Formats: sequence, structure tokens, C-alpha cells
Amino acid sequence: MKIIYPLLFILIACFFLGPMFLAFVASITPASEFYDYSHIFPSRLTFEHINKLLFTLGGFRALIVSIEVALISIGISFALGIPAGYAIARYTFRGKDGVKLAMLFTRSLPLIVVAVSLVTVYMRLNLTDTALGVALAHAAMILPFVVIFTSSIFSSTFIEYEEAGMVFGLTRFGAFLRISLPLALPGLAASAIYGFIMSWNETFAASILSIQNRTLPAHILATAMASPDYFKYAMATVMAIPALIFIFIIRKYLISIWGISLK
Amino acid sequence: MAKVVSQDVKKYFGEIRALDGVSIEIEDGAFVVLLGPSGCGKTTFMRCISGLEELTDGKIYFDDKEVGRLQPKDRNVAMVFQSYAVWPHMKVRENIAYPLKLKRFSKEEIEQKVKWAADLLNISELLSRYPSQLSGGQRQRVAVARAIVHRPEVLLMDEPLSNLDALLRVKMRSELKKLHEQLKVTTIYVTHDQVEAMTMGDKIAVMNGGRIIQYGTPEEIYKKPATAFVAGFIGSPQMNFFKCDVVEENGQQYAKFEHIRFKIPSRINNRSVIVGIRPEDVSLELRKDRDSIGLEATVYFIERLMPETILHLDVGNAKSRITAKLPNDLVLPEGKKIEVFVSTESLHFFDAETEERIL
Repeated sequence: MKIIYPLLFILIACFFLGPMFLAFVASITPASEFYDYSHIFPSRLTFEHINKLLFTLGGFRALIVSIEVALISIGISFALGIPAGYAIARYTFRGKDGVKLAMLFTRSLPLIVVAVSLVTVYMRLNLTDTALGVALAHAAMILPFVVIFTSSIFSSTFIEYEEAGMVFGLTRFGAFLRISLPLALPGLAASAIYGFIMSWNETFAASILSIQNRTLPAHILATAMASPDYFKYAMATVMAIPALIFIFIIRKYLISIWGISLK
Repeated sequence: MAKVVSQDVKKYFGEIRALDGVSIEIEDGAFVVLLGPSGCGKTTFMRCISGLEELTDGKIYFDDKEVGRLQPKDRNVAMVFQSYAVWPHMKVRENIAYPLKLKRFSKEEIEQKVKWAADLLNISELLSRYPSQLSGGQRQRVAVARAIVHRPEVLLMDEPLSNLDALLRVKMRSELKKLHEQLKVTTIYVTHDQVEAMTMGDKIAVMNGGRIIQYGTPEEIYKKPATAFVAGFIGSPQMNFFKCDVVEENGQQYAKFEHIRFKIPSRINNRSVIVGIRPEDVSLELRKDRDSIGLEATVYFIERLMPETILHLDVGNAKSRITAKLPNDLVLPEGKKIEVFVSTESLHFFDAETEERIL
């Protein structure tokens, strides 16, 4: 058993990291050696493709737009979703189950149907081709998950923690802010990662709602078909690295800070 | 420190009447236990005093100040929760300091008061730990320290010992009582454990069905229970009850249960009564100096607790079972016929309809 477990871990790690690694290697292979199948690893490495993609082909600008869109959509969905999740966890009200169910319905609606009608609305509101416009569409997509995630987080933290806060001098809102929210931090971090990835990977709405200010995946989609293969790998690398960095930053909140589960 | 007065406090949850008119006056500095079975409203009443629950009706005063409509934070109460509710994201020091921080004490004062409370509860060495690194008993101490550190007017405790093991519970019982003697803060303590109530309370309020049934010293409650419910709830094993008709012979009233006749010491107008006998008032020896009644009984089962013995006895034709608690160890074969004695003065009489105490 002592050998099997490490082996199994290595195998799983290879399964997930292998393609990423190969894509990364391909993205830094010189064009002249790309179709040379005699060896796997190139004789020299170059950042030429990535460089070109970012600075000549407008990739960097798209990257910034993508980050902007992801952060705004997380911001919006947290601002609306956390109070909603808290309300669902703490209060009983008429139609609570209906609300929970209805939120999942948004997932059953194909985005293409929504996106086309959104374009017309956005045109009237002057939101087409803005980061905020795309972020709003993404927030609509992320929001239900934030509500469901946070409601389960809040219902798993003891209400007595908040009540203690209120008895010892906090208002109800203060108790939420100072007691419940910090306790929910690991769960919120998980929601943030999830929301970031949803927004980061979303291509369709972003392609339709923007023309000049495209997010990275929309930009790549628009240019990829016409590019040589090593550019496509360079795009994969450029897509993956910011997401990895974001997850790496948030990760420390995921591991429960106080060395315990929330119960 | 304050006198706590509740006037006709009502709390309804929809159709359910959790509190159905609770009135009580708790003296300044007293240690009062709210005792009752689960669902009797004792915790709800405590939560109404803390402000965590809004009143449906009625008034609550701390001294002369009406607090019934105030937010918990504006009441100067403190509470020890059943689950302790020590905040897991703060160290012990921060937990204890938090009430002071919210009341805007200076840094030096906070430090000094935290030290005082920590010393009082013997948790000085734990101050820089997180609650997850503490045992249940230690967390309990932290919760108590946090509750007393800002010297609240009223200290509320909601079954604080119920999550501790039996040995620790006995130890904490005396410690909490000593702490109260030192601090003299008006304390309201909720429990369903009658031993806790009897040993800790200056006074006990027995609750049932959202009302206070009796409010008195532990001795009054044990010796003169106001209703059959209180009589049955206090004391272990439970009081024995006989539903009797009142008969009269030669000018003397008796409560008659089958062929057993309990002499009624003074004249009553009830036609039927409930006679209560505490198991510890049943004796195997007839005492000549007292007016006693003998009961013929068959031993059904015997519990030897060392040194006490609890006898389960069948009396009467209808096989009514009673318990007797004897102070010494005793061996009796099951099925043996014996005679037990009860002195007339130890009998409790309740009205059969209202279950209220008559004599």
C-alpha cells in the first residue's frame, strides 16, 4: 500500500498536468522545430509566439479585459449573492424553495437565446463592447452558484456565534459582518475561484457582446482559426497562467485558517 | 447588577404559544434557575430577556428601565450559550476582549480586565490559543470569562453544563456558584437538570407549558410543591401518586384508594384528590411517635444503589406500583410480601381536577 498510493498520486497528477505541460512546451518551441517529430523537446526555447500573441496581436489587451470582466462579475455576484445566500440560510419566508429552484433554471436556458436579446438591450443602454456589459452577463451566470454556495456555508455555521456577537454588543448587520463573514471566508474563496473560472472560460456571450474590447477567450476564438498551430499553444499557455495565479492567491483562504472545520 | 422584572411576557411562534404570560421578579444579585422539561419555554424566556427574541407582548425591566423592546447590545446583558459559541476565528484573548472592544474601553483597560477574568477562571495560560485547540471544559471557561469581563447587569446561562462530562459538571457547578458569590451579578440559569437547579439556585422558577408554575427556594419547591406537576418533576425517583375519593367516617375525612385510607389532617371541600408520597418518605419501620399508615406491598423489583436501596412495590388490588427509597442497603427477595409505612404529615394533597396543592 505504501508504494501504491504515491504511484496513484503521480499517475493522477500526470493525467491532469501532462497536457498542460506539453501545451506549454509546444508554446515555447521555435516555429522551425514545431513539426519536427524526431524529438519531443526542442533544442532551444523561445518566447517569440507568446510575445507576438500578447503584444502584436492584441492578446495583452484582451487579457486585461478578461481580468477586468472576471473581477467585476465576481464583485457583482458576491454583492448580490452573499446577502441572498445568507437570507436563504437564516430566514424562513414564503416561496423560499421556489426561489432556490428558480435560480437553477437560469442554467437550463441556453446562453445563445439570452445573448442575442441582451445585445439589443445593451445597445439601448450603451453597454455593448464594454467590460461591464460582459461582466453583467457573466454575473448572471455566476450569481445562482454564489447564492447556493454561500447559503450552504452560512447554514453550516452556528447561529449562536452571531447571537453571541449580538449579545456582546454588535448589531445584527455587525454580527454578520464581523462574525459570520470571516467564518465563511474559506467557502467564499471557493466560490470566488469557481466564479473566476466560469467567467474566464466563457466565450460565447463575450464574443457576441463585444467587438473591440474582447475578453481573452473571445479574442482567441476570433484569431485562432487563422493562426499556425504553435500560436494556438501559445494561446493555451496565456489562458492558463493567469487562472493558475488567481487560484494560487485564493488558495490560502481555502484551507481553513483556524485549523478546523466550521462546525 | 440589576433587579429583573418580567410582566406578563408573551411570545408566540405562529400558533404556538411558547410563553403564555410569564411574570416574575428576580432580586438584584440573585441566582435564579429556570427549570422545566424541554419545550416548557425556559430557553425562550431567557432569549426574551437577552433580546435575541422579540416579545409578542408584555414588559421586561432591568431595575426601573424598560428593556423589552431594546436590541440585545443595548441591554448590558451577557450570555453563556449551550454550545459556548466561542468564536473560532479569534484567539482566546480576542474572544474575551471583544465585548470590551465593542464598548470602546481603552487598550490598557482591556488588557487589565482580560487578565482579571482569565485569572478568575484559571485560563491565563490559554490566552494565545485558538478555541479549536481547547477542550470542551476550557472552552466553557472562556465563554464564562467573556460573559463576565464587562461586568454585565444580568448574566444569562443557557444549559451551560449540559455538554460536559459528569465529573466536570459537578466541578463546574460549584465553581460557577462560587463565582456568583464573588461577583454578585444577577444570574438567570436555564436547566432541565433538577440536581443542578437544587444545588445552584437561590431560587427556582419551575416552568411548564410557557408559564411559571412555582417560584421559590429549592426547599419550598421540594417540601411544598405548588402542583402535582412540580411535585412529580422535582425529586428522584418520582413522587408516587394516588388518585383518591374523599370519604368521611366519624367526622374524619380520608382519601380512599381501594382499601387504603389516607387520613386528611384538616378539613377540605374537594370530592376527589391526588395523594402524593415521596419515595424517601416510605419506611420499613413503624414509628410509634408519628401518625402513620401501613401499606401492604409485594416486592416487584429491587435496585441496590449502594448504600441506598430503591424498592419497586405493588400495592392494592389494581397492582399500582410505587417506589420507596431507603437510606440503607437491603436484600429482599422479589415477590415477598412486606408492610411499609408512611407518616401522615409527609403526605401531599392535590386537587384532582386542577392538580393544585391543597395541603
